Amino acid sequence: MTAETVVELRGVRAELGARPVLRGIDLAVRRGEVVALLGANGSGKSTAVRTVIGQVPAVAGAVELFGTPLRALRDWARLGYVPQRTTAAGGVPATVTEIVSSGRLARTRFGRFGRADRDAVRRALDLVGMGDRAHDPVTALSGGQHQRVLIARALAVEPELLIMDEPMAGVDLASQEILATTLRTQVAAGTTVLLVLHELGPLEPLIDRAVVLRDGCVTHDGPPPRALGQHALPGHDHVHPHAPGGAAPIGTGLLG
Amino acid sequence: MEFLDYAFMQRALVSAVLVGITAPAIGIYLVQRRQALMGDGIGHVAMTGVGLGFLLDASPVWMATLVSVVGSVLMELIRWYGRTRGEIALAMLFYGGMAGGVMFVNLAPDGSNANLTSYLFGSLSTVSASDVTAISVLAAFVIVVSLGLRRQLFAVSQDEEFARVTGVPVRALNLLTAVTAAVTVTVAMRVVGLILVSALMVVPVAAAQQLTRSFATTYAVAVALGITASVGGTVTSFYQDIPPGATIVLLTIAVFLALTALAAPLARRRARAAAAALPAGDPVECAIPAARAAGG
Repeated sequence: MTAETVVELRGVRAELGARPVLRGIDLAVRRGEVVALLGANGSGKSTAVRTVIGQVPAVAGAVELFGTPLRALRDWARLGYVPQRTTAAGGVPATVTEIVSSGRLARTRFGRFGRADRDAVRRALDLVGMGDRAHDPVTALSGGQHQRVLIARALAVEPELLIMDEPMAGVDLASQEILATTLRTQVAAGTTVLLVLHELGPLEPLIDRAVVLRDGCVTHDGPPPRALGQHALPGHDHVHPHAPGGAAPIGTGLLG
Repeated sequence: MEFLDYAFMQRALVSAVLVGITAPAIGIYLVQRRQALMGDGIGHVAMTGVGLGFLLDASPVWMATLVSVVGSVLMELIRWYGRTRGEIALAMLFYGGMAGGVMFVNLAPDGSNANLTSYLFGSLSTVSASDVTAISVLAAFVIVVSLGLRRQLFAVSQDEEFARVTGVPVRALNLLTAVTAAVTVTVAMRVVGLILVSALMVVPVAAAQQLTRSFATTYAVAVALGITASVGGTVTSFYQDIPPGATIVLLTIAVFLALTALAAPLARRRARAAAAALPAGDPVECAIPAARAAGG
């Protein structure tokens, strides 16, 4: 079974400042797959996804999305992106609906909104269980709710490929479970997913393949490292989602 | 309403309304992207345009528009490429613009810093009919851009990276925002003055968001406050014989302070309403997230 390749990196090198962060990585994600990028802090996993979406330029190698070189990609509506959470709040108040509506710009001409767009926004909010918070300002949300809003914004695009950078970081257990359910629904509907994770956590059953980075190189590409557990990953921050509430993450790794 | 009998006041009031609309209409995006002082920088650069207008015997308004548009594009490019040393480059652009203005005005035949004063601090009596025409054309441009592209500008100002991945032409929109802000500076220059223009781009927005929870409402309230302050300040300035720019800006700040004082009890009431909206019989713990949310 050789499904169409949706994301392809070949020999990609990337730098931040003058520091090489990716030292020639190969990565292919085929249609319908759920691929997790794992690795310690500083291993280059975030840079790898940021290279895929063109935020960090590749200094060497090839980046293709949907079989098209990134540079030539025009149809961005095929892609939904969830950035690593900083904050969705800008210098001016904005409601959950206003933030999520930004995602629809990929589907509208000149930003004109119709009923279909408003429906898509509402559906996306319902999917992440934030339908009842639609008119709340984003500043009133918890970290996990905030993350759900950013995922709804990507889902509002109605993408065939979902790229997520650490969607579970700093997310409370209830939100983690909602996100896992949301993702399961998307995957069942045929969405391809590439996500950066610090640990497999509640998403583990969904992951088809794990790609482990270390110092900007791929050190593992295959089934999720279940046998050894994620504990074996260098610099792994150990966070137990099932630990009693409020348990502080215990840094066990070299870089943690 | 005797002030309406004077032709110069009619011109000043038309300009004041346009300033009141346009300054917050584009300023809100600058506040959103945390570049609230950008308008101030453009105001400095525009001084060179005013100076050139005197020197070349051309319209200072149009020359200021030209120079501040070029300056704002440079600022945007510096922001884009400058990274670490961008701040120094911006400082040179701002102060170079100011020094250029003073220099050119004094080089102009029978020119002196006195000519510059009305542009720096605003003046009612010197707004000419051709100024009003220029201001109207420029204001129309600002309104079309800031309202017509509000979804795109909102997305870019909120999260540049996400906007780019959504296929929004981020770079073009950033340049357009900068140019529109530059045009707004010259719209406001005659009434409010170059030094104070930035206040009218920022303070009404800051005042509005003391009460509002959505971007759309903040936008509407900021524009309403902008119009109220600039018209109110213009009329007050007519009766009291005080400079219009300073009056308008102080009025805006007074509104900001008043709304800030109102905001605290309002937030408490909203928190209580949110707590009351929880289903009856919920354990007390359920009130905690709401209280925390209101606090953060």
